[in-house]
Amino acid sequence: MSTNSFAYNEQSGGGEAAELGQEATSTISPSSAFGLFSSDMKKNEDLKQMLESNKDSAKLDAMKRIVGMVARGKNASELFPAVVKNVASKNIEIKKLVYVYLVRYAEEQQDLALLSISTFQRALKDPNQLIRASALRVLSSIRVPIIVPIMMLAIKEASADLSPYVRKNAAHAIQKLYSLDPEQKEMLIEVIEKLLKDKSTLVAGSVVMAFEEVCPDRIDLIHKNYRKLCNLLVDVEEWGQVVIIHMLTRYARTQFVSPWKEDNGPEDNEKDFYESDEEQKERIGQRKKPYAMDPDHRLLIRNTKPLLQSRNAAVVMAVAQLYWHIAPKSEAGIISKSLVRLLRSNREVQYIVLQNIATMSIQRKGMFEPYLKSFYVRSTDPTMIKTLKLEILTNLANEANISTLLREFQTYVKSQDKQFAAATIQTIGRCATNISEVTDTCLNGLVCLLSNRDEIVVAESVVVIKKLLQTQPAQHAEIIKHMAKLLDSITVPVARASILWLIGENCERVPKIAPDVLRKMAKTFTGEDDLVKLQILNLGAKLYLTNSKQTKLLTQYILNLGKYDQNYDIRDRTRFIRQLIVPNEKSGALSKYAKKIFLAQKPAPLLESPFKDRDHFQLGTLSHTLNTKATGYLELSNWPEVAPDPSVRNVEVIELAKEWIPAGKTKKETPSKKFYSESEEEDGSSDSSSGSGSGSGEDDEEGDSSEDSSEDSSSGSESEVDNRKTAKKSSTNKGKSDYEDGEKENENSKTSDSSNAESSSVEESSSESESASESESEPEFRKVTKGKERKARQDGKPVAKDVSLLDLDDFNPVSTPVVLPTPVLSPSSIADLRDLNLSASSPVISVSSPVFVPMTSHELLHRMSGKGLAAHYSFPRQPCIFSDKMVSVQITLNNTTDRKIENIHIEEKKLPAGMQMHVFNPIESLEPEGSITVSMGIDFCDSTQTASFQLCTKDDCFSVNIQPPVGELLLPVALSEKDFKKEQGWLTGMNEASAVVTVAPQNSPPSVIRQKVVNVANLGVVPSGQDSIHRFAAKTVHSGSLMLVTVELKEGSTAQLIINTEKTVIGSVLLRELKPVLSQG
Amino acid sequence: MIHSLFLINCSGDIFLEKHWKSVVSQSVCDYFFEAQEKAADIENVPPVISTPHHYLISIYRDKLFFVSVIQTEVPPLFVIEFLHRVADTFQDYFGECSEAAIKDNVVIVYELLEEMLDNGFPLATESNILKELIKPPTILRSVVNSITGSSNVGDTLPTGQLSNIPWRRAGVKYTNNEAYFDVIEEIDAIIDKSGSTVFAEIQGVIDACIKLSGMPDLSLSFMNPRLLDDVSFHPCIRFKRWESERVLSFIPPDGNFRLISYRVSSQNLVAIPVYVKHSISFKESSSCGRFDITIGPKQNMGKTIEGITVTVHMPKVLLNMNLTPTQGTYTFDPVTKVLTWDVGKITPQKLPSLKGLVNLQSGAPKPEENPSLNIQFKIQQLAISGLKVNRLDMYGEKYKPFKGVKYVTKAGKFQVRT
Repeated sequence: MSTNSFAYNEQSGGGEAAELGQEATSTISPSSAFGLFSSDMKKNEDLKQMLESNKDSAKLDAMKRIVGMVARGKNASELFPAVVKNVASKNIEIKKLVYVYLVRYAEEQQDLALLSISTFQRALKDPNQLIRASALRVLSSIRVPIIVPIMMLAIKEASADLSPYVRKNAAHAIQKLYSLDPEQKEMLIEVIEKLLKDKSTLVAGSVVMAFEEVCPDRIDLIHKNYRKLCNLLVDVEEWGQVVIIHMLTRYARTQFVSPWKEDNGPEDNEKDFYESDEEQKERIGQRKKPYAMDPDHRLLIRNTKPLLQSRNAAVVMAVAQLYWHIAPKSEAGIISKSLVRLLRSNREVQYIVLQNIATMSIQRKGMFEPYLKSFYVRSTDPTMIKTLKLEILTNLANEANISTLLREFQTYVKSQDKQFAAATIQTIGRCATNISEVTDTCLNGLVCLLSNRDEIVVAESVVVIKKLLQTQPAQHAEIIKHMAKLLDSITVPVARASILWLIGENCERVPKIAPDVLRKMAKTFTGEDDLVKLQILNLGAKLYLTNSKQTKLLTQYILNLGKYDQNYDIRDRTRFIRQLIVPNEKSGALSKYAKKIFLAQKPAPLLESPFKDRDHFQLGTLSHTLNTKATGYLELSNWPEVAPDPSVRNVEVIELAKEWIPAGKTKKETPSKKFYSESEEEDGSSDSSSGSGSGSGEDDEEGDSSEDSSEDSSSGSESEVDNRKTAKKSSTNKGKSDYEDGEKENENSKTSDSSNAESSSVEESSSESESASESESEPEFRKVTKGKERKARQDGKPVAKDVSLLDLDDFNPVSTPVVLPTPVLSPSSIADLRDLNLSASSPVISVSSPVFVPMTSHELLHRMSGKGLAAHYSFPRQPCIFSDKMVSVQITLNNTTDRKIENIHIEEKKLPAGMQMHVFNPIESLEPEGSITVSMGIDFCDSTQTASFQLCTKDDCFSVNIQPPVGELLLPVALSEKDFKKEQGWLTGMNEASAVVTVAPQNSPPSVIRQKVVNVANLGVVPSGQDSIHRFAAKTVHSGSLMLVTVELKEGSTAQLIINTEKTVIGSVLLRELKPVLSQG
Repeated sequence: MIHSLFLINCSGDIFLEKHWKSVVSQSVCDYFFEAQEKAADIENVPPVISTPHHYLISIYRDKLFFVSVIQTEVPPLFVIEFLHRVADTFQDYFGECSEAAIKDNVVIVYELLEEMLDNGFPLATESNILKELIKPPTILRSVVNSITGSSNVGDTLPTGQLSNIPWRRAGVKYTNNEAYFDVIEEIDAIIDKSGSTVFAEIQGVIDACIKLSGMPDLSLSFMNPRLLDDVSFHPCIRFKRWESERVLSFIPPDGNFRLISYRVSSQNLVAIPVYVKHSISFKESSSCGRFDITIGPKQNMGKTIEGITVTVHMPKVLLNMNLTPTQGTYTFDPVTKVLTWDVGKITPQKLPSLKGLVNLQSGAPKPEENPSLNIQFKIQQLAISGLKVNRLDMYGEKYKPFKGVKYVTKAGKFQVRT
């Protein structure tokens, strides 16, 4: 190579001028040339000459070539003096390239680098912010210790610069200076403190990065900026978001108490709820400390939620880990959808995301169970992705889905990718140990695999079977015999060793085969792998102890062979075994116990997920990926027992109030508003108003896009716009007036009387549960909900959340046992489907999610009459997946006997005419003390007739009935107040049923009424403008007729209860059921 | 954060290096090469490698490895996402992200990398900002530059960098104002042996090409927005507006960009436009086998299915294939054992099929499993989920833009198990 280049250089030496000319014309010459020239002194000479010329073009060309050299990693340091002279060049491109060079070599040529400093100092004062910023960037990148004071000064000045861009660069410079000279830490912290107060979104990310690098332990610097950071977060650039979210996660773990404690006693809470309110209050009082989430904690969780929609995988992951580590467990579920979305991304992203899901799925299976199929393996996936997916599938396996999974695994076992096939076999083994129902099936399947042609598959099967047999040392002599035969054919050492071990362990169960195996092994002993030799020795020893008559000589022969083996391990083992089992005068006390030693019960191996031990690392971190602590990893602290003083986060209210209230009190921006950014709101309303009117007209006359013009002329859409507009107006007005209240309360500081907190919390909880189901409800509806949510948030700043209420609401969707086979068809899409089917003229009726799902269950079969089988049914209030005319019913079966109950199924349906039933799949067996929840669908034809059928087991049949409460024959719909009134107007006369009830005084608060009503019937809450009128809407499941309920509070604790529906029978029944609810305490 | 970056080609040459902090020797890449060797397949090189003093996070794009050196804890996705953004930027600037393009434009690459990261932390990654700082190379510009001596490096701070809308540059002017949206949906599916759907979902994106003057404020609404199950947005979209009204409201970046990507997940909803009849069998004794597949249309909403390609990774023991297609052409690569059948359009009258014999290595055991078929197809003017754009309104500017929406459905990861 070197001779070549010399030759080439000599040649080209003459034609220098020509080449120079050439190069000047072509902007960039092929870089391959650089490689050849780099080592050449002469050529560098010429670069020097070019750099010293007067012409910018020559200089630029030279610089480009030099940068080319730098890029290739060639040494260009000797050009330093020539290059550094050009640092003050007027040409911005030359200047930039000189900067690039300078940063690369300044560390090596410190003295010469100093020559350039004065230029930068001058540039730092330049009026152009880009020049100021880049001067600071280069100055701080020059790693020359002498200039530390200069850098410090420059950073301090830049941190007060008017341009946020320069301040951002200052934040970066802090980290550079810190790594150059850690002594400056104290001074730098001061600068960080100052920059943390910066309100620019541009600076936020960079300064938090500096904070993380320089002083991550100075959590006190964050307090005052916490709320600001939370509120700015959506507007920060994506990279900054990642850093800030990670920092805030750590912060939250030190400042707030754990929201998870409530999860410990969910049953408690459920029970509480059904007792009357008074009792409930008492209970709460009795409990040591009801958990109330710090509003700041809530703020963080709420403000990060939109970022789950980010296009940046890192941001989504950051939010996901935040939810995982600090959100209440019931709320963390929303991240799974977004994480699953990331699986569409490129393989690197998939790899990291799958790793994190694997860790999550060990602890909280339910989160990813609905997405089970997203983890199915494609034959084109890289192996590392395949194995990760397999890992997740294993973690998600349970009784309900194992049969589907096993079928899927069967496909994988046959994969051409043998490494993956082997991993699948291990997986089957793990499923078999974890889920006892399928152990036998899996074992049989694995035994079948023993006759597989591929050796790797067979070997892996042997190893897994060995582990399985060890976990249940039952009567599997047949399998062992089969495996003994395999010894003739199989060559993989691990598998051979496993078989030998298994035979040795069970030598008393296969008394005829074991000695024969030993005989064969004795013949091949010398040729075996070390691993196998050790097992042969073990087998020999075990047989010697149990069947010494037949095997004594054989074992001694083997021991002799082992004695002279090349491997010292085997020699050692031989010596040890001989001493232990062969009785002689020297043998000590131990040989008496030889049998006990060798044939002791060995504990079964635990087949565990390799991701088990990763959970102590923060998710999404490098350490988690590598499963070792990376340098600079910051531990996530445990939740504090008692929350530190939350008031440290208070920013001086007066100062802020001044800032936020410009002159009048018309528009105010608060941190929470910022997110719902006022300006955007206004924008939006003006948009829609102008959009509905003029916009469509414009389009029509223009008609340039066929797509548009044909579609937007439909009247339906326009009326919808109108609705939306009015709804919005009312909500914004409301929001504003409410907001003023909130402000006052704010100033009254954090304390609020308990009753206030109580009521507001109820409201919050109900609105929250609504917003959790946002995707399903109509836009108009949502709009108002939002307003309400805001209200709740603002007027109860320290929201002392009523634990049981909130918990229950939030908890419900998770706890309704996920046996519901709705993995792919999410309720929201069902709602969508339904919507699509409905005629376009009534776009307003859409099924929303239940406002509230009671946990009451009704007895279907008592354990006494069911010979130990007990059954309860409950109404999950979900749209039925089997048919949209059916009500979904969940049946929980309990086995209270001490034996298995097999083949539980339904027979002999005696249904009134028209009624239909979709039964659950027969349950093969139910373990003693076992419980299983199945779901079925019944079409009650909108009547309260009983559905009778027989619940059968293998031996018995029991007649059972399900009588639906009228409230369960409904599905809530989302209506706006306007639509409600419109619909109500059509359903008058005989379609109306009304009654006057006396309302018990404790029932009069709006939230209580609402709660009481939705408890009885599955109704959707219609937002109401007046406090005294409550409206609820639903439709009947079978016919889809509207059911409108109005509760109007009158003077003197009476209330008018009106029900409008076409289905007058149900209407009157419902009326009858609602009356006592309102009048009783 | 990111300490250094090495670009490595397939044959293991490090052809570019850039350091943002002190210099890290090239020898650190040896650990990477080691891992690459161990992985056998290029796809299986682990993206995160730990070495004694550093951590290497790499991505593989367009036959190039982007290997970044990390010294301290960092979210790995952060780095991966950034590296992909770098590759995207190269693609955007040079039309392709290849070794040749990078080597030819090494100076621009270096300037870009310098702007994109400062001290290892991303500084400017929005293409609109970068293009103001460093102009993309064009033939015209290089000619002009060499004559006038002007440079393709901007000397003022891009306005976008400071504003709340960093994705849009100021002073955009077009004579023809146009806004085009492509709704592209891909069907991901696994179909099992018997033809039933194991798993199916629709992944969609809306790509926009916006050439509008000034600061237009657009809002795009759908006929059926609730179809969208899970959506990720370009930062320009006002999340709040979407939450409350299901309207995409945004000030667009200039040029091409991805507006949203979404998922429609519901097995029952997904119409599978094609079906495949297959019978692939290998004989134990005679070391040969039969291969027969037929493709037919199903639930295609009255649209023609075109651009059908079937790719099959045949078992390793296969020697060669002797097939006759009734339509299109097929190729079989005996080295990689990949069969590609380029079918073209389906006409329902005569269904395309591919039949024939395959030869196996003599003596080798017959393959356990039949290979799965990967199918590509395309349906123009159809969004399979039924998503429809309702209207596009523009505010903030006076002129009337030219608007258009195009729908395409494609096969994504569409696999038929046999």
